Amino acid sequence: MPNQTELTARRPETPAAPLSRASEAESGMRPPVDVFEDADGLTLLADLPGVSKERLNVRVERDTLIVEGEVQIALSEQMQAVYADIRSTHYERRFALSDELETERIEASLKDGVLTVRIPKRAETKPRRIEVRTQ
Amino acid sequence: MFSSLSGPAGSVFDQFRRLQEEMDELFGQWSAPTGIRSLPRGSFPAVNVGASPDKLEVYLFLPGVDSKRLDISIQQNLLIVSGERNLAPDEQANYYRQERFSGEFRRAITLPEDVATDGVDAQYRDGVLQISIPRREQARPRQIQVR
Repeated sequence: MPNQTELTARRPETPAAPLSRASEAESGMRPPVDVFEDADGLTLLADLPGVSKERLNVRVERDTLIVEGEVQIALSEQMQAVYADIRSTHYERRFALSDELETERIEASLKDGVLTVRIPKRAETKPRRIEVRTQ
Repeated sequence: MFSSLSGPAGSVFDQFRRLQEEMDELFGQWSAPTGIRSLPRGSFPAVNVGASPDKLEVYLFLPGVDSKRLDISIQQNLLIVSGERNLAPDEQANYYRQERFSGEFRRAITLPEDVATDGVDAQYRDGVLQISIPRREQARPRQIQVR
């Protein structure tokens, strides 16, 4: 199996990662994620508070998984922001996928602002245990 | 071998971002007083506050919590929201990243002094808790007639 971690380290998923507040406001926020793997595939959980199903976009472009969402908060006209931790309305994060993943069968669901993406592995590439011979 | 670069403790990018935040705190805002109950940037949950002449809207970005188990209280003009989000890790799985907050949280927000503590409304939608707090009558701008 290719070394997933090595791949991620060599190819950072967001080459233009927001490093300052100014760039965060322009290019959007990088949502925190959990990524884990079991025998059948990978699971990605992302915190996207304020994003409704209609404003969520999960897609695969070539070998890249792209998660994008727009925060929608109804504000009355007279409302002025007095304090803001969240200064952008756009979430975006990208992940490089590898060949043994079945991108056609990716499933995504959204509940209470948490996105769950399930990426199955191809049946033929599920891990095989390799016996070490001893003499 | 590369796990230290992208493990749960933080990638190179995360470290960079943390450094940036520390720089912001050191240089960017050092002259402005920090709220005594404020939390460092990046704390969970994130908070936005909006104000209009007749009410305040407080938004807490709380994805994936049970809204029935949130504790919201207002004492005079101090709003306190506390609760917990416990993410139970899958024992059978191998984790590459665990960036999402897990555990107990508490946020105290000092509001303007003219808020009314009755008539407060809270609703939870798409992972955002929105608390609407009316302001007392006398604080609203009044049109003064010139005779």
